[in-house]
Amino acid sequence: MNDVIGLAPWLVGLPLIGAAILLLGGKATDRWGHWLGVAASAASAVIGFILMFRMIGTPAEERSIDHHLWTWLSAGGLDVDLGIRLDPLSLTFVMLVTFVGTLIHVYSVAYMDHDPHRRRFFGYLNLFVAAMLTLVLADSYLLLFVGWEGVGLASYLLIGFWDTGRPSARENAVAAKKAFVMNRIGDMGLIAAMALLFAGTGALDFGTTLSDDAVGSLSEPTATAIGLCLLLAACGKSAQFPLQAWLGDAMAGPTPVSALIHAATMVTAGVYLMVRSGPILEAAPTAQLVVVIVGAVTLLFGAVVGTAKDDIKKALAASTMSQIGYMMLAAGLGPAGYAFAIFHLLTHGFFKAGLFLGAGSVMHAMDDQTDMRRFGGLSRFLPITWITMGLGWLAILGIPPFSGFWSKDGIIEAAFMPVEGQPWRAWVFGTVAVLGAAITAFYMTRLFFMTFGGRRPRWAENQHPHESSPLMWWPLVFLGVGSAALGAVLGIGGTFVTWLEPVVGHAEHHEPVLPVPVIITATLVVVVLGALLAFRMYAVSLVPEEAPRGSVLTRAARRDLYQDAANETLVLKPAHGVARLVQVGDRDVVDRGWGALPQAVSWFGAAFRKAQSGYVRSYAAGMAGGVLVIAVVVWLVAGLGGAQ
Amino acid sequence: MDITNYVVLAAVLFAIGATTVLLRRNAIVVFMGVELMLNATNLAFVTFARMHGDLTGQVLAFFVMVVAAAEVVVGLAIIVTIFRTRRSASVDDVNLLRG
Repeated sequence: MNDVIGLAPWLVGLPLIGAAILLLGGKATDRWGHWLGVAASAASAVIGFILMFRMIGTPAEERSIDHHLWTWLSAGGLDVDLGIRLDPLSLTFVMLVTFVGTLIHVYSVAYMDHDPHRRRFFGYLNLFVAAMLTLVLADSYLLLFVGWEGVGLASYLLIGFWDTGRPSARENAVAAKKAFVMNRIGDMGLIAAMALLFAGTGALDFGTTLSDDAVGSLSEPTATAIGLCLLLAACGKSAQFPLQAWLGDAMAGPTPVSALIHAATMVTAGVYLMVRSGPILEAAPTAQLVVVIVGAVTLLFGAVVGTAKDDIKKALAASTMSQIGYMMLAAGLGPAGYAFAIFHLLTHGFFKAGLFLGAGSVMHAMDDQTDMRRFGGLSRFLPITWITMGLGWLAILGIPPFSGFWSKDGIIEAAFMPVEGQPWRAWVFGTVAVLGAAITAFYMTRLFFMTFGGRRPRWAENQHPHESSPLMWWPLVFLGVGSAALGAVLGIGGTFVTWLEPVVGHAEHHEPVLPVPVIITATLVVVVLGALLAFRMYAVSLVPEEAPRGSVLTRAARRDLYQDAANETLVLKPAHGVARLVQVGDRDVVDRGWGALPQAVSWFGAAFRKAQSGYVRSYAAGMAGGVLVIAVVVWLVAGLGGAQ
Repeated sequence: MDITNYVVLAAVLFAIGATTVLLRRNAIVVFMGVELMLNATNLAFVTFARMHGDLTGQVLAFFVMVVAAAEVVVGLAIIVTIFRTRRSASVDDVNLLRG
């Protein structure tokens, strides 16, 4: 392992160099820039493969390696070494980011073919890959934070990529800003968590802070505070309740961006943070419970929103939110859930990226139409997209033997695990997870059949849908195969769980409150029922081209359950009120208060300038009078002093 | 001679000079008042030097004379210049620096 560890920095380095060349090189790189971007990402993937195979060959107890690069900063008691942590967890992410990332790079070559700024797009994509790899490879919270901000920046740049020359340019720019600002709220949580952690343990690197000694030295309130701050950070980055509002708008970016950043990798960084900080969370049961609640709320929230969206990308975004809710729920369950959180993250990365790229392929065929009510009957025209998206659909539903079954079922089982002293938890969270699976089945089936099924196409008359170019469908095929097979390959026999064990620890096996076969059967039954209901509503009966008014719940879900309105009333309005108060206070109290001082000086000046008459003789008289007064005073004082 | 006489004379001369400065408008006359005040102080200096029997007061009197001579040169030049521009030697006409 030690002979190839030197390659690890190049995982980050190559995409970073690629981004630098593309962004600094200017128009000179326009002609071949996109291929350079693909090459940089692919080279990272190759290095990732080499490292992973070497790691599989090393014994389990030697699989966590801290590779020190250089001392970054040394200030008083704070020494931060810049280094790379290679372990099964970070390598899993490396593989996901570089492999799916490379596929999406290839797809983008064709997808962005007609865009005049394609080179800049690839520059940003490479920047994102470099930042994401920094995030997952960091060996300290501080370096993780650098990557954390880097992916936020790349996300901002890519959401707002089409901010000129389009009818939606303004909306795109606003969406980018919204994502950026909401992410900042989470980032403050991460900074606060780092400050608390440093105050508590005196270090920021994973090796020290996550050791048993350091965690043991934290008092429970401190650990809870750190855990909640980390959760805030994760909520911002992973679009979890209550910081989820930005993800739907982030769909303003080009579709490959939605696939890479807002489905497969960046939005799952919050889950990574939770799992990485596992030892701290385990020391704070309250924080863990909050993590589980946030996950459960978000998974239902996203699923409900997903059922009403007619925009194919926004429906997928709601689904992403909901699936990450599953991962958060698992991450809050302790060692029993960590492995399945990451496993679901991995399979979700594949099938959701595939679904998004498929949606991109559909949009490509339909002149950038995103309204599913204007699709229908596309299976004949886009056979490859249809089949690959079908695989993704079966995977997200959790139908065995497709990927999602292995990971999501693990999470549902973990949710049913009894917690000592709180018997209600297993039942509440288990039921929520099963209910979420049923709603997921409904909205994904709805999405799939509204797009591909139906007896009557609902397109505009001048549209001629066609299958996209091989550069676009080959990545779809890879991701489709991944969606179909990855879960079974890694899930059967617990391969993936064993692989992660050196990082997340061995979970004591508990029996769920219901027998496992009962859970699996119940989940499958509700999933099939949900899917059948959607099939009846959207494939058998005709889908109206205009959205019907719908029930109260549908209308609420269309508007994201009023999350924007809630933010507006609960946060923006009070914040505006405070700002206005401060403004009035500044103007009427502070400005007026300080304004009185020069006013007083000015009045004194006006009074004293009367003395400046300009007549020399009056000045002389003043001087003479003054001397006289002083003489009299001196005489009197001396006289009195003499008298005593 | 009693030393008091000299001091009283100096005080009387100084008072005459000061009154001249304060009451007369003609710049030349004001100037003469100033000279009178300076010489009154000189008389006081010399008187006290004599009284104390050391030369410090005498030396200071010389300094005052030197300064007075220089002051006359500069002061007369200013007065002449003002007279040329404003056709008046009255100190009350020169009040441009009022606040």
